[in-house]
Amino acid sequence: MSILNKAAALYVTLFRNTPLLMIFIFMAVAMPKLGYTFKVVEGIEIGGWEVSAFFFRSCLALTLYTSAFVCEAMRSGVNAVPLGQAEAGRAVGLTFIQSMRHVVLPQALRAVIPPLTSVQVALLKNTSVAAVFGMAEAVATMRILTNRNSDETIPIFLAFAVGYIILVEVVSLTSYAIERKVRVAR
Amino acid sequence: MRFTRTKALAVATGLALALAACGDAGDDGDDGADVDVAENAADDFDEGTRMKALAEDGKIRIGVKFDQPGIGFKGATDDAPRGFDPEIGKILAADLGIPASDIEWVETVSTNREPFLEQGEVDLVIASYSITDERRKVVGQAGPYYVTGQQLLVRSDSDIETLDDVKGTEVCSVTGSTSLDNIKAEGAKPRGFDTYSECVDQVLDGAVDAMTTDGAILLGYAAENPDELKVVVDPFSEERYGVGYSLDHPEMCEWITDTLEDAQEDGLWADAFESTLGESGVETPEPPQMDACA
Repeated sequence: MSILNKAAALYVTLFRNTPLLMIFIFMAVAMPKLGYTFKVVEGIEIGGWEVSAFFFRSCLALTLYTSAFVCEAMRSGVNAVPLGQAEAGRAVGLTFIQSMRHVVLPQALRAVIPPLTSVQVALLKNTSVAAVFGMAEAVATMRILTNRNSDETIPIFLAFAVGYIILVEVVSLTSYAIERKVRVAR
Repeated sequence: MRFTRTKALAVATGLALALAACGDAGDDGDDGADVDVAENAADDFDEGTRMKALAEDGKIRIGVKFDQPGIGFKGATDDAPRGFDPEIGKILAADLGIPASDIEWVETVSTNREPFLEQGEVDLVIASYSITDERRKVVGQAGPYYVTGQQLLVRSDSDIETLDDVKGTEVCSVTGSTSLDNIKAEGAKPRGFDTYSECVDQVLDGAVDAMTTDGAILLGYAAENPDELKVVVDPFSEERYGVGYSLDHPEMCEWITDTLEDAQEDGLWADAFESTLGESGVETPEPPQMDACA
């Protein structure tokens, strides 16, 4: 247990404290220099859509970074459950797994919704970093449009800003709905 | 005034070239062509024009690119940018009586060229600035002073030889650039990066198959890595580089056009080309026909 504990702590510390841009630069610029271009994934096809090495690298960077935050959100949820609950579980003879499964985690997951939502919203906006690492995502598309229609810069910018707002609102409202649904009378 | 200046030019250029080796204090360490600075230039312009104001000020701010070898490039330790665009800037400034040492070079990237002109951050933009109808709605563009076209830069061992070969390959350029748009239309997967140098590295590392942008820029990079990179494909688009100015000062158009036409005639344009883009071994082209001012 203690080795896993240390490893997890190391991972979280490392990736939570590294700026996303640096992780991206490492994945997209340093890795190819070291000879890892991830070209192997190019053969994979998911429902007619081909995975590209660039997409894979961007996903990898975002995953490594965001996982650390998800991890911390989960930990805060477990910590939100009063210690008495676990003790009570053990007192009625539940094993560690059982007390986790039936007592602690159901309460922890409810507490985890708000911080996890913030992490997902941050992830959504962080995808824009991929614009300068070979992905033709929203921000890159916006730049193409502003370059092509330089007389319409402001409307284009506002349209994309509104697009992001809509996406974030969908995530937020969903999370409020879930929160209300699973609320427990305390 | 103008004629005596033109006559004196041949003599002066010879002298200047002879003296250039000595290096004078006013020269800020760049090795472009030398341009004669007009004297009492303020008297040449009508009252109330932007040119007169600049000439009386003795200062001008010009926006150029800092990351395009041959066109406009400024290394970390350089005092001033070098390239064809800065040379054109010096020719224009000299006509206002402003020496190269008094030009304030401002770095412009593709996305901030129009805002910089509209907000008066710079007086001129000479930054591989292709003339388009959309841009002419918001800023003035005089020129073209140079015409180039989009080509491809590939590794020496690449199989890409014609434009048809790029279908399905990954081609990089600067995020949001016209070149990226054009290559997408040819069936390639566009890969945008922040700067041209990152893109070249991706080609060298084998992460992408090719890089695309204006041929003039690619030649500069090929010249830096002649063993590993080559430029292929005949130009498949036409990019007409113009000088950007603010629409608040429409009188600048005539002045820019006249000055550059004079420079084309008396060989200054050719000197500017040979000392910059021409160093990669390209023939000096015929100067393009400039558009008439509206």
